[in-house]
Amino acid sequence: MIYILQQSLNALQLGSIYALIALGYTMVYGILTMINFAHGDLFMVGAFFCFIVATFFKLPFIPTLLISMIGVGLLGVTIERVAYRPLRQAPRVSAVITALGVGILLESVMLVIYPYPQSVPTLLPNITWTIGGVTISLLQIIIILLSLGLMLLLDFIVRRTMVGMAMRAISWDKSVVPLLGVPLNLVISATFALGTSLGAAAGVMYSQAFPVIDPYMGVLIGWKAFISAVVGGIGNIRGAMIGGFILGGVEIMVAAFMPSTYRDFVAFTLLLILLIFRPYGILGQPRPQKV
Amino acid sequence: MKKKGFLLLNLIAALVLLLSACAPAGGAGDVIKVGGIAELTGDIPAVGASFKNAAEMAVQEVNDAGGLEVGGKKYKIQLIIEDNAGKADQSASAAQKLITQDNVVAIIGPNASRYAIPASEIAESSSVVLISPWSTNPKTTINEKTQSAKKYVFRACFIDPFQGRVVAKFAMENLGAKKAAVLYDVASDYNKGIAEFFKKTFEESGGQVVAFETYTTGDKDFTAQLTKIKDANPDVIFLPNYYSEVPLQIQQAHRLGITVPFLGSDSWGSSELISLCGTDCEGYYFSTHYAADNASPVAVKFIEAYKAKHGATPDDVAALTYDAFGLLWQALQTAGKVDRQAVRDALAKIPKYEGVTGVMQFQEGSGDPIKSAVILQIKNGAFVFFANANP
Repeated sequence: MIYILQQSLNALQLGSIYALIALGYTMVYGILTMINFAHGDLFMVGAFFCFIVATFFKLPFIPTLLISMIGVGLLGVTIERVAYRPLRQAPRVSAVITALGVGILLESVMLVIYPYPQSVPTLLPNITWTIGGVTISLLQIIIILLSLGLMLLLDFIVRRTMVGMAMRAISWDKSVVPLLGVPLNLVISATFALGTSLGAAAGVMYSQAFPVIDPYMGVLIGWKAFISAVVGGIGNIRGAMIGGFILGGVEIMVAAFMPSTYRDFVAFTLLLILLIFRPYGILGQPRPQKV
Repeated sequence: MKKKGFLLLNLIAALVLLLSACAPAGGAGDVIKVGGIAELTGDIPAVGASFKNAAEMAVQEVNDAGGLEVGGKKYKIQLIIEDNAGKADQSASAAQKLITQDNVVAIIGPNASRYAIPASEIAESSSVVLISPWSTNPKTTINEKTQSAKKYVFRACFIDPFQGRVVAKFAMENLGAKKAAVLYDVASDYNKGIAEFFKKTFEESGGQVVAFETYTTGDKDFTAQLTKIKDANPDVIFLPNYYSEVPLQIQQAHRLGITVPFLGSDSWGSSELISLCGTDCEGYYFSTHYAADNASPVAVKFIEAYKAKHGATPDDVAALTYDAFGLLWQALQTAGKVDRQAVRDALAKIPKYEGVTGVMQFQEGSGDPIKSAVILQIKNGAFVFFANANP
């Protein structure tokens, strides 16, 4: 029982990071029906922002988190403006290739600046409690609560504010809604800013939990978060959160109760089976294609 | 038009053939060309950097002394280092390029087993000597299909079965461990090999391996496996993994409340380990090739020269790279001519070579030297000599 609780805690920690990154994929897809494959690398840039701010300016956790989120948010908006906007009318595959290119560019630039893996200073006190045999650290609590908090905030923004309403309207129809006076470009920029800053927050927390970072760290995590978004139903914000927790949970539990070599094999087989029964993901709805 | 282009192509092809046929292997005139393959970029760049530092130093020393005397004639050495970018396929293509285009007499490197094995296949099939300084997996020098030793592949270090045995014995005898756990990268030849040899020796000596857990290269979250290990309650945990991953594993273990000692293998021996690990690795042990603070006169000379040139204590990769070059110089001199086959024959029979990492010896029919290992402890942020382990 203690063992299951301990592993569930591990699953929650991993799942909340997957969920935060998955949100970035799903938001961009929801509004542009485009998969931003550079998102995993923006997560990596977030981790490096954390490293730079914490190492050279020696700021505490909260300012570091905010600076990283704002910095990467601006970077996300810039990338959209420079690389994706000119291709908005182009075939969708061009935009996807551009996104892959932007991702490789980010990795390569980071590789020039930091060719070696870097150690991120710990910004949170290393406190652990043992409650009834289950060991829990302050870091785990902060990661889980902060992720949930950010997700609730996002949910609130999307469902209860004007910007959120505009986002949902544009994701419903990109040609008519702007005619009604909704500033299309501004809303898309806001979506990128929100999505990428959540990715950056995940990067900061990830670099605190796993404090050795390198320019390729975003690739594998990015893929897994993308899969989470698809499993949850890409385009659906709550779906991305659920997908993240499901993938984190499945990965940890497979490693916990089967030989750990089977982890990815079993985890991804389960996800494939799930998609066979729910091809649009858990919360995804089939959208009628307008011809 | 079409025909003209075809003719031109033919002409070029003929020229290339002619050129490659004319140039004697190892370079023309008074220059001996030596190839190097290193992990300059990719996941373990610190290894590549140490290799490059030591290789350039070994070559410069020879050139500063007027060159290497082979068969009564002094030759300058020309070193060509190729980056394998931390990839298996690029290691193989780098070996191919050095052999066919640069026409080197021998290749030193790559270092990690997962890159040395593919490169060694190319060297073996082209009949060119390859010495890996740091690859400890048996497969580097053994042909897997025939189970016989490769004729052209050598190494400057001991092999994993020996290292696995050394660490297992150390855990039982010095730490009094009866139950051990292992966490290793199942996607990497080195980690997998050494983990299995450790398990074999530990169980044969009456110990019990209570958890044998894996992950794949690139993973950062080991909490599931470590929780499982904690539940199995071992006396000691063996992490035969690379220096960039070990700090994460130990830090996560500490956060889960694991307090038993950790053991490692020679992949720990980079100063990067300490800067990434902070105080988390303090007090733990690993087996490696040499101890900078317990050095022979030959080693002291090397360490001083390296410090003066690069401003850092040479790690095991640097020391082994230097020895690999030393072995090649000795083989060239014994051979008495710059010839790939003659170098191979001389190297295979080196009776005694006193290197930085100890005395080594090759026996005909094996590319693995006979040499000893040391156990180091991490103390106050430095690697400190703890014990010797003889073959």
